[in-house]
Amino acid sequence: MARKPKKVVVLPCSGIGKTFGSVAREATYELVDKLRPGVAVTTCLPLLVIDDPEAVRLVRDNPVITIDGCPNDCARKSVEAAGGKPAQSLRAINFYKAHKDLKPEGIAELNEAGQKLSEVAAGELCPLIDELAAQEDE
Amino acid sequence: MAIEVMKVGIVSCSGEEIPGGTCSRLSCRKVLDDLRPGETVTICLPLFIAGGKEEREFAAKYPTITVDGCEKRCAQRVTERLSGKPSRSLVIPEILAKRGLATPKDRRRLSSPEDKAAVEAVAEEIAKAVGEVLEEE
Repeated sequence: MARKPKKVVVLPCSGIGKTFGSVAREATYELVDKLRPGVAVTTCLPLLVIDDPEAVRLVRDNPVITIDGCPNDCARKSVEAAGGKPAQSLRAINFYKAHKDLKPEGIAELNEAGQKLSEVAAGELCPLIDELAAQEDE
Repeated sequence: MAIEVMKVGIVSCSGEEIPGGTCSRLSCRKVLDDLRPGETVTICLPLFIAGGKEEREFAAKYPTITVDGCEKRCAQRVTERLSGKPSRSLVIPEILAKRGLATPKDRRRLSSPEDKAAVEAVAEEIAKAVGEVLEEE
């Protein structure tokens, strides 16, 4: 019988130096806390870097979406280094390119447009979350 | 002749899953932006894996302070393993316990007066450690 993971892991950039890292993190919280609680989950990215067994198992056993804040792609590379293979690897800046009216600013605290952009990004990711969760349930 | 100003590297736990991680990020940004601007630099923790030689030389280039949001001490362990021994390793629950402050409960917004006090207290401890490290150097 096929194993049936119930979660879709969303892993944002964990940087503290870039606005789009904050957009990625806020979009993740929006998914995990509000839009798809119980289905979308996250973990601390550095746990993968220290080979924490629980975090490594989470990204190996479940579909993963990474949202990076810059071209270094730390989230994607960290998942790959832990033996996972992201189902989708995204960059937060592309949400802005699609919504140029929402220019994010700030790092510790996003401006209103950045907050809105994060919510829009999270909303746009819901169909992908649902699709991945459904695939895994089959 | 240009005078080179010594800077201290701050490596923050990113801890997306825990309130301590958010407290760490906000406190570190406060130090970088408000309390010790010009004397501190930072690096994203996962860049020790995702980056190259230059990123991994961070702790060799700068005396470094790691700030962790929980006892797993990812920032300290990753820095030690991939870059170099930190000059100071701070752990947020220890700082807050020492000051009699509660650990924040929310991982997304630290907006209550108690949470803001926690961020402020941790930032002060980091800034104090920066001063000590600069004196030692």
